[in-house]
Amino acid sequence: MLSAAAFYILSAIAVISALMVVIAKNPVRAVLFLILAFFSAAGLFVLLGAEFLAMILVIVYVGAVAVLFLFVVMMLDIDFAQLKEGFISHAPLGGLVAIALAGILATTGLGWVSADSATSALQSPTPEDMTNVAALGALIYDRYVLFFQLAGLVLLVAMIGAIVLTLRHRDGVKRQDMHAQVNRKREDSVEIVDIKSGEGIG
Amino acid sequence: MTVSTLLADLQLLTPELVLAVGAMALLLIGVYTKGEAKAAQRIMTLATALLVVTAGLSVWMAQGPGGTAFHGAFVLDSFAMYAKTVVYLAGAVALVLAGQYLRAEQLARFEYPVLVTLAVLGMSFMVSANDLITLYLGLELQSLALYVLAAFNRDSLRASEAGLKYFVLGALSSGLLLYGASLVYGFSGSTSFDAIAVAAAEGSQNLGLVFGLVFVVAGLAFKISAAPFHMWTPDVYEGAPTPVAAFFATAPKLAAMVLLARVLMEPFGPMTEQWQQITMVMAVLSMAFGSFGALMQSNIKRLMGYSSIGNMGYVLVGLSAGTALGLWSVLFYMTLYVIGVAGAFAVILSMRRSEGMVERIEDLAGLSQTRPALAWSMTALMFSIGGMPFMIGFFGKLFVFYAAVQAGLIWLVILAVIFSTISIAYYLRVIKVIWFDEPSGDFLPAPTGAAIISRIAALIAVSMPVVGIIIALVVNAGAGIGG
Repeated sequence: MLSAAAFYILSAIAVISALMVVIAKNPVRAVLFLILAFFSAAGLFVLLGAEFLAMILVIVYVGAVAVLFLFVVMMLDIDFAQLKEGFISHAPLGGLVAIALAGILATTGLGWVSADSATSALQSPTPEDMTNVAALGALIYDRYVLFFQLAGLVLLVAMIGAIVLTLRHRDGVKRQDMHAQVNRKREDSVEIVDIKSGEGIG
Repeated sequence: MTVSTLLADLQLLTPELVLAVGAMALLLIGVYTKGEAKAAQRIMTLATALLVVTAGLSVWMAQGPGGTAFHGAFVLDSFAMYAKTVVYLAGAVALVLAGQYLRAEQLARFEYPVLVTLAVLGMSFMVSANDLITLYLGLELQSLALYVLAAFNRDSLRASEAGLKYFVLGALSSGLLLYGASLVYGFSGSTSFDAIAVAAAEGSQNLGLVFGLVFVVAGLAFKISAAPFHMWTPDVYEGAPTPVAAFFATAPKLAAMVLLARVLMEPFGPMTEQWQQITMVMAVLSMAFGSFGALMQSNIKRLMGYSSIGNMGYVLVGLSAGTALGLWSVLFYMTLYVIGVAGAFAVILSMRRSEGMVERIEDLAGLSQTRPALAWSMTALMFSIGGMPFMIGFFGKLFVFYAAVQAGLIWLVILAVIFSTISIAYYLRVIKVIWFDEPSGDFLPAPTGAAIISRIAALIAVSMPVVGIIIALVVNAGAGIGG
């Protein structure tokens, strides 16, 4: 009962905020509604028992992607009113595409037959005495640890590659030298000059 | 997984662990060494030593029984051990060839040997892959390092173009491979090669599995540059720095070919009838593009590119046999090919004039008068790669064709012989330019590493007893796969 109520509330928020993303006049508000949509989707994942996905959604999408969006929207001078000018005139075509997409999704969903082995796999998504975060960790860091480490090496190569291909050491660039700054002595830079009164420093 | 099973698994991965930890240690040493030139020099030496040591390690591992590790994701059998040893040695040779070239071209940076080591690590996982995920991750680790190496000379337009072209086409091929792998997974229910073999044996007419197989083979064919997936080869060989092209033509080719052979013979062994058609078409196309494409080339690196396309065609003839005999003829041919190509690139790296590197075939004119030792080496190597009788390359072709004839692929062998004859023409053209054209200018003395490697490779190319040794090793290595 409670979970049903939570489901309806969360999905209503998700749908409304998704709609607001499209129709909001202010782009910053649109991004904020997007974040709200992500949060309610994360809530739906929790209801499904997928805490890990919910966490990832909040950390990756809200924490990184949406904040990046927000930065871009605030930093760039884009005239959103101009971008939305043709909204009404393009609406019929857009609506047609939307209906076609909905039709494709519906036919796929209705015609979907799960494979023989899928049913048995679905019946035991996680071991009884574990949360699904622990179950996923047990797979990634135990059974599939070799793949995990290999993927790490691939990322290391990507990092080295990016540095090799783009980093250029320029001469004559002033860089902060912490060591020199900290070890600076008073005598090196301050000089006490005895100036006689009335003569100036010239 | 307990500590004891983990240790038992890791024991099988000793060479890989040494390489991975070594590469990261080299990276740290390189970063903390003052002075770019000094760091590059030091890391180059250390990385070469590391590769030689791991080659020794894998020879030592070959005494052991091998086995599978990490729930069957990684397999160490005699086939993998042999391929690994050759890959490590080829990597070391590529580094020896690179040292002086990079210094002369102002490209000496310590990341080069680190990237080569990591690429070799990827190849090491490729030849030991027993799971679609290991296959993909090993392949990506290798390819990603190779993309960077191709564009290593980042201030050169041609090298950047080569790197970008290789990257885009490589990403496309990875996409094809992944699509195929997902189909195979969907229709067999597992990513493990053993389970896929069971599924393939049950339903060898399974259309989904056949589709997956086609895409996986297409993805791998990109990596061995077999036609019709060969377009990148000549451009990348020409644009990339010469030692990088030398590396591309040796170790990655062998690793990808061994991987392709394992995928076809082990998980898809029961579907030989299905994949035989694909490999035969690829073999004929590769031989045709390789022979005719090379005839008109004036750049020796492009020539080597087309030559490698053609040679992959001959290897695929042996693979098409689908028998244990075919498998070891593949290993045998690839070993001889790697030796020949490493030598030929060593000669190309010796083509330096006072104004810089030259890479046109005409620049070799009159080499017999100016540098006789180099001329003899190149002649022997060209004859061997071309498969002239009584050079070792001839025996490679002989066994590949023999395996195909034994499997009843007579017409394929007839075509292969015809293309082989045509391809002799361009190898002979190089030899004609060396011996009968007027000298157009002398080269600078060859770099020590390149000079030694070209001479050793040429000596191997003419010494027939080596054939016996390699056959003994290869027969031992091919045992236990296919059948």
